[in-house]
Amino acid sequence: MKKGQQQMFKTLALSSILALALGPVAAFAAEEAEGGEGEHANASHSSGHIEDVAFSFEGPFGTYDQNQLQRGLKVYTEVCAACHGLKFVPFRTLGDAGGPHLPEDQVRAYAANFEVFDAELDDTRPATPPDKFPANNGVGAPDLSLMAKARAGFHGPYGTGISQFVNGIGGPEYIYSILTGYTGKQKEEAGSIFYENTAFPSGWIKMAPPLSGEDVEFDDGHSNELHHEAEDVAAFLMWTAEPKMMARKQVGFVGVLFLVVLSVLLYLTNKRIWAPHKGKAHS
Amino acid sequence: MAGIPHDHYEPKTGIEKWVNNRLPVVGLLYDTIMIPTPKNLNWMWIWGIVLTFCLALQIVTGIVLVMHYTPHADLAFASVEHIMRDVNGGFMLRYLHANGASLFFVAVYAHIFRGLYYGSYKEPREITWIIGILIFVLMMGTGFMGYVLPWGQMSFWGATVITGLFGAIPFIGESIQTWLLGGPAVDNYTLNRFFSLHYLLPFVIAGLVIVHIWAFHTTGNNNPTGVEVRRTSKAEAEKDTLPFWPYFVIKDLFALAVVMVVFWAIVGFMPNYLGHPDNYIEANPLATPAHIVPEWYFLPFYAILRAFTSEVWVVQIASFLTGGIIDAKFFGVLAMFGAIAVMALVPWLDTSSVRSGRYRPMFKWWFALLVVDFMVLMWLGAMPAEEPYASYSLIASAYWFAYFLVILPLLGVIEKPDTPPATIEEDFEAHYGKSDATPAE
Repeated sequence: MKKGQQQMFKTLALSSILALALGPVAAFAAEEAEGGEGEHANASHSSGHIEDVAFSFEGPFGTYDQNQLQRGLKVYTEVCAACHGLKFVPFRTLGDAGGPHLPEDQVRAYAANFEVFDAELDDTRPATPPDKFPANNGVGAPDLSLMAKARAGFHGPYGTGISQFVNGIGGPEYIYSILTGYTGKQKEEAGSIFYENTAFPSGWIKMAPPLSGEDVEFDDGHSNELHHEAEDVAAFLMWTAEPKMMARKQVGFVGVLFLVVLSVLLYLTNKRIWAPHKGKAHS
Repeated sequence: MAGIPHDHYEPKTGIEKWVNNRLPVVGLLYDTIMIPTPKNLNWMWIWGIVLTFCLALQIVTGIVLVMHYTPHADLAFASVEHIMRDVNGGFMLRYLHANGASLFFVAVYAHIFRGLYYGSYKEPREITWIIGILIFVLMMGTGFMGYVLPWGQMSFWGATVITGLFGAIPFIGESIQTWLLGGPAVDNYTLNRFFSLHYLLPFVIAGLVIVHIWAFHTTGNNNPTGVEVRRTSKAEAEKDTLPFWPYFVIKDLFALAVVMVVFWAIVGFMPNYLGHPDNYIEANPLATPAHIVPEWYFLPFYAILRAFTSEVWVVQIASFLTGGIIDAKFFGVLAMFGAIAVMALVPWLDTSSVRSGRYRPMFKWWFALLVVDFMVLMWLGAMPAEEPYASYSLIASAYWFAYFLVILPLLGVIEKPDTPPATIEEDFEAHYGKSDATPAE
């Protein structure tokens, strides 16, 4: 009996190690492989230096900080929006719980600040909550809707990426590090100006330093030093990339809890129905 | 049905007889669910249920995703975001489906290696094994085409690289590539046909799964001893087996629940862990990603593909002998498909008289090395194509082929296997003691 159970746990443990090993080994390898030097738009690796920020939304129980998202929205609106669009994000979601949670009238007023093209009118008109943020293709700056998921900042420990479980993939940290990583040096190459940035993979980025500190006044009186602004807008962009994160974690938690209970019940059932067929010779 | 003697369904009531005389479906289901199963099956025999569950999960979530997805190069990426943001529970549907593919492959690799260790491929289960390999190949095709559908950067460039493999076939390669893509390069027409096939193939897989089950229900399950169930009489067979329901159904459901705890935690707390950040950038034919890396489950075979460069002497000989028809690129493609083909041939490559690896002292070590080799290949598949990884890949690929083509055939001759127990009952009792259900002697 005892031996049988030991055997079961041994093989079950072995099977799950096999199962768990396959994925991470590969993810480790895949992320290691990204370590090379790459070009601007498609470089999702991080040979640059990525600063770890303790965001509120990390870990299985992490949640968005509503006030922080609202501050980040303000930074985006007053600074980033000049060049970057958020074309996958509908204005109405600014009112979602688990997001910035703006009151309905504020969402409507906010949307009206943007002009969107209406195919039926064949003309532009002020945006309404069901519309999405307009794309911004003016200077060729990338859309930011998914930026926080399109860049990975963390691969540890030992490149397994397992730390994602508590840290997230490091996309917001990548954004934060870019925004705070300018050294002040610049150079001209092929008619463009490049700015030195410690977080950017090649070390030189085309984007001029967008934030210098005290760029916006926060309504909640929060500090507007550079690193606070960068943190807030990075958190906001994590929300634009993964607006259903809080709902997802809740489903995850409830599901895991339910499945653990189910596993225990099935374990006991299994033990009971097999008992008559397993002798007691070994106990 | 031939096979292990057991009680068959007897229609008792009038209605049962009426139905059974016209369509013996109840009897079929009864015989399937009550099939006598070796009672010594261990915990590596649970992956079949996990795989069946995966297929169902993928089909169900997939069908719902299709209701909201738009298979068009200009709209696909945005429609995925629509699923993530606007569709009720859409984010769960998509994450379950994407991670479901990974679970599917974790399970299939565990299932395959279990078969390789316990000799499940050996006579008389060759057809079960070959159907299984066929399912595995279809899974890879389906997984690959599914990864193209979100139309991110890795989707696009993965499709470009993989279909490029077919272009390496001499003379007809380019025509085949164009035929697969539907045009000269990956574009909207490619996305459309991949979408169509990605929807079709799971149902082909489902059909093959039924044949797979039919085949091993005819021969009976293998088991950790590799000793066959005694089938001279029902009484004797019953000493070696227990009916599938409830003994193995409950056991498998328990294992499935444990697997699901891990799976659900990944979906809930780190759903993008096994994905690639580049696929959150919309496909751009003008910007090649710095490193094009396939999904983790393709990496071992991708490593074999890349291992055979023009500097390798085997490739040079092949090229010389065929007057340049087999160049390094084509050799790599042949090696990659060959790596799967040797698995299909394993029933005839293994010459041992003993079925289960448990009683093969030398085989055990070579098999363990094969598992390590597989992991190493997976790691190498994600490394850049440069030294020292290129040399490692070559050694690891060589071992893969050597295991199947040299070691297995030789071991059967060299190795002196241990003596397996005479019966399954004996093995079971050695582990668990005499059954309480068995009458005292």
